[in-house]
Amino acid sequence: MKVIAAMSGGVDSAVAAARAVAEGHEVIGVHLALSSNPQKYRSGARGCCTVEDSHDARRAADVIGIPFYIWDMAEEFHEGVVENFISEYAAGRTPNPCLRCNEKIKFAAVLDRARAMGFDGVVTGHYARTRESSIGKTLHRAIDNSKDQSYVLSVLTVEQIQGAIFPLGDTHKVDIRKEAAERGLFVANKPDSHDICFVPSGDNAGWLRDRLGSEVGPIVDQSGKTLGEHRGAYTYTIGQRKGLGLTVPSEDGSPRFVLKIEPKSNTVVVGAREELAVNYIQGENPVWCGPAATSQETRGYVQIRAHGEALACTYSYRDNFLDVNLDAPLFGLATGQAAVIYDDDRVVGSATICLTR
Amino acid sequence: MSIYLDHAATTPMVAAAKRALADQMDKLGNPSSLHMYGRATRKDVEESREAIARAVACRPSEVIFTGSGTEANNTALKGLHWLRANEKRNLVVISEIEHHAIFDPAQWLADYEKAEVIKLPVLASGEIDLAFLRKLVTERGNEITVISVMHSNNETGTIQPVAEIVKIASGAQIPVHCDAVQSFGKVPLSFKDLGVTALTISAHKIGGPMGIGALILQHGLEIPALIHGGGQEREIRSGTLNTPSIAAFAAAASDAASAQAERASFVSKLREQFIAGAKAAIPDLIVNGSGEQLPGIINLTFPGTESDTLLLLFDAAGVACSTGSACSAGVHEPSHVLMAMGHSQVSAQSSLRFSLSYLNSESDVAEVIALFPSVISRARAANL
Repeated sequence: MKVIAAMSGGVDSAVAAARAVAEGHEVIGVHLALSSNPQKYRSGARGCCTVEDSHDARRAADVIGIPFYIWDMAEEFHEGVVENFISEYAAGRTPNPCLRCNEKIKFAAVLDRARAMGFDGVVTGHYARTRESSIGKTLHRAIDNSKDQSYVLSVLTVEQIQGAIFPLGDTHKVDIRKEAAERGLFVANKPDSHDICFVPSGDNAGWLRDRLGSEVGPIVDQSGKTLGEHRGAYTYTIGQRKGLGLTVPSEDGSPRFVLKIEPKSNTVVVGAREELAVNYIQGENPVWCGPAATSQETRGYVQIRAHGEALACTYSYRDNFLDVNLDAPLFGLATGQAAVIYDDDRVVGSATICLTR
Repeated sequence: MSIYLDHAATTPMVAAAKRALADQMDKLGNPSSLHMYGRATRKDVEESREAIARAVACRPSEVIFTGSGTEANNTALKGLHWLRANEKRNLVVISEIEHHAIFDPAQWLADYEKAEVIKLPVLASGEIDLAFLRKLVTERGNEITVISVMHSNNETGTIQPVAEIVKIASGAQIPVHCDAVQSFGKVPLSFKDLGVTALTISAHKIGGPMGIGALILQHGLEIPALIHGGGQEREIRSGTLNTPSIAAFAAAASDAASAQAERASFVSKLREQFIAGAKAAIPDLIVNGSGEQLPGIINLTFPGTESDTLLLLFDAAGVACSTGSACSAGVHEPSHVLMAMGHSQVSAQSSLRFSLSYLNSESDVAEVIALFPSVISRARAANL
């Protein structure tokens, strides 16, 4: 096949491109420039589109022996990922930008462009697997559980999965580094990137404050009694316990957690841990990675964070909403996150959490 | 298929230049040394200087070797500004379509020397607006330290009215520098006839090696240096003379001069063939730049495409061309030249430069044109 390999400048995408070549594909390396004003250098594990990263990607492509180009996707990234990130926080929800990036950029803008140009698909260094089965090409967890990225790929449609190639899903990360060294890829020891690539300082709260302001508001208990002050409700996360700065202890002396963020009144509601218990999740705007779920109650697993646990559940889909009933309660769940449904290791689909109780 | 149509970026070294380079590598001697080894290489440097002087119609003593055309541009613009700047005179005039090798030093003068920089606008043809310049010189001529306008534009190939510019400037005794990197060897170029104060040329655009250029600077004019440490070149440029590259530069310059007219007429015909074929294949394309043109540069806008995509598709098909503009962090920015000519950001980013040389053939052109329909239609689909 003729494929585009998305190369971030990191070790994973470099090995993925090399493996695609080894499998006989005709590969062209592309680095996505996602920031119109990139930083020159990488600082530790933060950021992923510095000038230095694009240089590393180019050098990896040289070693692999494939053509290399840089595609400017800064505008698409800003509109589809960064603005969404800000508006979701402003609305009191907790978005996952990596998932949006896969949905809007890597397997949409890039894949569409690649296909129009005559390529068959896109290779990435994600840890996930695809498999041909009786229901078509399906998306599965990687064998390295600690690196599995199927969660952030759960927004891919059947058609997008058709054009996706994940050469790393059957290998453990430690072996990828070894392989990179054996292949002469000097990025073998480059640190993994963490955090949010467009917040190079790593200070998400500060970054959001710069964009959304830091209007002071009340921190209240469930009765509405003011306990303290916050600087921007969106810098809090449901379930957060630390950093509340409350001086008044709760009646029984037990710790207090963020229960709710009310963006309109700029209020943060806190309460006891039990109040965080969630037994039911409702998701909207679902994407199915294979056959859509039906109104029939089905046993499966749900995951609500990128590297969270798979929780046993019963799910169904009716009236445009995904309903998930958990076997055991879950504590601290923010709306805006994705609920990803698994059938064993297969990704069934995902939906954005809009309601919990 | 493997067709190189990016000769304005760089072009193959000619046989004479390769030979001169290799011969010099077998020689020992710093041309500044006084012993027989030094004298021998000094002789080669001076003969090379004379050859280049012949090719550009200047005195040998007016040739100052530099490490690149960019260095020559920096030396001229900053040097001429420093020479004349004072409290009342602090205005640097360049054009909107200069190469970054003039744009950036001008910006540096603004940032670090508090110079005022005015960029001359261009007409839709890509030629400098002479009326604007006339008015500027009339109103503020005594404030201008230097005017720098390129001989021909590297993206569109449009030749600039440099002799006219000199005429306007000389009335106010303003020195004119001219970046002639693209014109040298391609069209007749005479330092003497142009009447400019300083002129930049470079070796690798005419079949010489990379890393060697020259500033042609009027006899007797001493400008402050950028690089100090030995004063080898008229106290204006220091550093051990790069004898192998200088000899190869001279060989390439002689080669280019000897065949200039014949090659220009051949390449002009290829250009006509290319443009006619391109228009027939893609009727809505736009040819950028008009008026007097370099023989080899063709700049085309393909509405509804992105030049990055076009370049990838041509490259994959074995055709080397260029988006013709500077890269920032590898991301290609809309061409300031096309924008100055009235293009929008979008249409500027839908443009490609093909640059031909006498090394190309009619069949090269025909093969490339044959790719146009499929490449352009795929690029259009990818842009939706």
